[in-house]
Amino acid sequence: MHPFVLWFHKLGSPPYFHRLAGRFLPWLYALALLAGAMGLYGGLVIAPADYQQGDAFRMIYVHVPCAYMSLFAYALMAANSFVALVWRIKLSETLAMASAPIGAAFTFIALVTGSLWGKPMWGTWWTWDARLTSELVLLFLYLGVIGLHHAIEDARQAARAAAFLALIGIVNLPIVHYSVLWWNTLHQGQTLATAKISPSMAWPLLSMIFATQVYFFASLLARARATLLALEAGKDWVRQIALTQKVDAHG
Amino acid sequence: MTPGTTMAACAALLKRDFALTWRRRGDAMNPLLFAVMVVALFPFALGPDAQMLERISAGTVFVAVLLAELLSLDGLFRSDLEDGSLEQLVLSPHPLSLLLACKVIAHWVTTALPLIVAAPLLAMLLHLPDGVLPVLLVALALATPLLSLIGAICVALTVALRRSGMLLTLLVLPLIVPVLIFGAGACNAAQVGLPYSAPLLWLAAWLALAIVLAPLAAAAALKISLT
Repeated sequence: MHPFVLWFHKLGSPPYFHRLAGRFLPWLYALALLAGAMGLYGGLVIAPADYQQGDAFRMIYVHVPCAYMSLFAYALMAANSFVALVWRIKLSETLAMASAPIGAAFTFIALVTGSLWGKPMWGTWWTWDARLTSELVLLFLYLGVIGLHHAIEDARQAARAAAFLALIGIVNLPIVHYSVLWWNTLHQGQTLATAKISPSMAWPLLSMIFATQVYFFASLLARARATLLALEAGKDWVRQIALTQKVDAHG
Repeated sequence: MTPGTTMAACAALLKRDFALTWRRRGDAMNPLLFAVMVVALFPFALGPDAQMLERISAGTVFVAVLLAELLSLDGLFRSDLEDGSLEQLVLSPHPLSLLLACKVIAHWVTTALPLIVAAPLLAMLLHLPDGVLPVLLVALALATPLLSLIGAICVALTVALRRSGMLLTLLVLPLIVPVLIFGAGACNAAQVGLPYSAPLLWLAAWLALAIVLAPLAAAAALKISLT
C-alpha cells in the first residue's frame, strides 16, 4: 500500500488520531494566538481609520473572519458527514459533530458583530437583507444539527442522523455566499477578493482570518479528542490514558 | 392489478392511508381548524383596519397554512412506527423511496389539499384582493407539496424520538424559508402589480427536483433512524 494511503487509514484509528492531535494542539493554539495578536494589533492600532466609517470599520477584523469561518465550518461538517455516511468512518462522524458547535458559535459572533456595526452605520440593529437572513438561517441549521445530535441516545446513530441533516442543509451555503451578488442588498459586496481594500487594512484582516482558521482546527481537534475518549470509553487505549493521567495527578 | 407487484403495493398503501384518515376524519380536520384560528388571531392582535390586513393577508395565509401542515407532519410516520408497519415497509422487497412517496402523497392529499381549498376563505377574512387569489392558490399548490417532501426527510430522521415536535420544527423551518420567501413573494408582487411568474417558476423547479430526490433522501434517513 502507498505510504500516504496507509497513513490516511491509520489516521482513522481513534488511538492514533488522539495521539497525533494531542501533539499538534499546543502548536495550533500558539500559532492562532500569535496570528490573532498580530492581526488585532495591526487592525486596531496600526491600520488607519476609514475615511467614511471612522473607527467603526475596525469591526471587520472580528466580523469577516467569523463570517468566513461560519461557512467554512459548515462545509467541513458537510464533507465529514458525507464521508461518515458513505464509508461509516467513526472519526468523520466525530469531526462532523465537533464542527457544529464551533460553527454555530462563529455564526452567532458574525451576526452579533454585524449587528453592533450596523447600528451606527445603517442606523439599525437588524434588517431583513439577503445576507443577514441567510446567515440567520445558517445559524438555525447549525442549531438543528446540534439539537438532533443531542436528542438521539445512541451516539453513533445520533451522529449519522445529524450528519444526514447537515448534508441536506448544504443548499444554504451558496445562498449565503452569493447573496450579495445575486440580490441588490444593503450588506456590502465582496471587497477582499476583488482587491477593493487598501493593503494597510488588508494584511491585519488576512492575519485574523488565518488566526481564526487555525483556532478553528485547534478547537475541532480538542473537541474530537474529548468525544473519541467518551465514545471509546472502556477500550484499552482509553484505560491506558486514564491510568497514566491518574499517576501523573498523584505525582 | 397483480398482487405482489410494486404498483399493487403502492396502491394498497395509498388505500390504507386514506382509509385510516377517513376513519378518524375529526382528527384530520385539526390542521384546518388550526390555520383558521391563526388567521383569525391576526385581526385581534393588529386591529380590524382593512387596508393593513389587505397588505399582510397573502403572507399571513401562507404562514398559517405552512404552520398547520408542519404541525401535522409529526404524525406522518408516528402511528406506523407504533404498530410496527413502518418496519415492515423498510423490510419489504419494494423500493422504500416509492412507498414513502405514497405516504407523502396521502399526507398531502389529506392535510394540505383541505388547507388549499380553505385558503380562499382565509384570504377573504383578511381582505385579500380578488386578483391575487389565483396567484396565492398556485403558490400554495406548489409550496405545500414541497413542505411535505422536505418535511418527510426530517420526520424520517426524528421518527424514533419520543418527543420530536419542537425539534422537527427546528429542523424543517430553516429548510422551508426559501419556499416561504418565494411563495409569499409571488403573492406580494402580484398585489402591487409586478410580474410574479419568476418566483412561481422557481418553486415549480424546486418541486420537480424534490419529487425526484426527497423520497430517496427520506428512505435513506429512515434507514439511519431505524437501525
